[in-house]
Amino acid sequence: MNCIIIDDEEMARAIIEQFTLQNNNLTLDAQFSDAIQAIKYLNQHHVDLIFLDIHMPTFSGFDLIQTLKDPPKIILTSSDRNFAIEAFEYDCIVDYLVKPITKERFDKAVNKAIQFKTPPTISKTEDSKEAKKDSENDLYVNMDRRLIKIDIPTIYLIEAKGDYILIKTSGKNYTVHSTLKKIEVKLPDDLFLKIHRSYIINIKKIIDIEDNSVLIEKDVIPVSRSNRPELMKRLNLL
Amino acid sequence: MKEQPNLSYINQLSGGDLAFEAKLISIVKRELPQEVEAYKKSLNDKKFQNAADHVHKLKHKISILGLELSYQLAIDYEEDLLNEDFSKQKEFEEVLQIMMRFVEELK
Repeated sequence: MNCIIIDDEEMARAIIEQFTLQNNNLTLDAQFSDAIQAIKYLNQHHVDLIFLDIHMPTFSGFDLIQTLKDPPKIILTSSDRNFAIEAFEYDCIVDYLVKPITKERFDKAVNKAIQFKTPPTISKTEDSKEAKKDSENDLYVNMDRRLIKIDIPTIYLIEAKGDYILIKTSGKNYTVHSTLKKIEVKLPDDLFLKIHRSYIINIKKIIDIEDNSVLIEKDVIPVSRSNRPELMKRLNLL
Repeated sequence: MKEQPNLSYINQLSGGDLAFEAKLISIVKRELPQEVEAYKKSLNDKKFQNAADHVHKLKHKISILGLELSYQLAIDYEEDLLNEDFSKQKEFEEVLQIMMRFVEELK
């Protein structure tokens, strides 16, 4: 099994690294002190097993698991026994190692991982379709080294502001280092439309349209001349 | 007399691999002062949740250095900090001092 280590403490990584080198069933591919870097890696590489520290600054091990669509097998590591019950609420978690970890306990956890069958996540049931639909509605944005989940249908407006974009939802606003071009491709075409070089709107949230502007929630947004025909085409006009 | 740090766990881990033993010692020499400093700064800034997080991280070092009684003290102090109870601060910081002195002398 190929594996990675995620732990903000160098000592913990060094110990687990040593144990992986001594275990013939494991190949250590990478190690990370930061959960965000690990998520980027996991989006591009297949991994069989993660040794994951729960207690990390700004982004916990549980936060990381929740961002993964199809998490691999995970062995949690922590200096705290109190998380054990929460840990086993996740199907992907094989075992829970309390630091300081011993070689015997480590090898036992790896053997469990080898025999562990992850519950099937892909099926043609309605449940899985619903889950897929839910995940397609999620957008994760990077703010202050945290990945924040935004429910896409709640977004009503996205405004370009220099190197940043302001994402407005019915409950909260988010300022994110990105561009309208980048976020546009992540949004469903049937809901969102760029109506101006600085604005993307959720067309389901339009209250009214007057001349060259739309009222959306409490914001009046200009519609550029070139984008107006497409907007009109998308409206269910009487 | 207070319990004293030791290298039993590190020796047991290394299984006689001197290079690995040296690596762990160099990490603890580098990482422990940083963690102690971060804990003190959080406390000075009255960021008690952060201070508790640093105590949590220090627990691993405490156990690696074989301080079993102090490990329990750290567990209690971590929880106390979240309730802004500092009754164990002095005792905990004495443990940190003992650890720092021990680590400084390691070669």
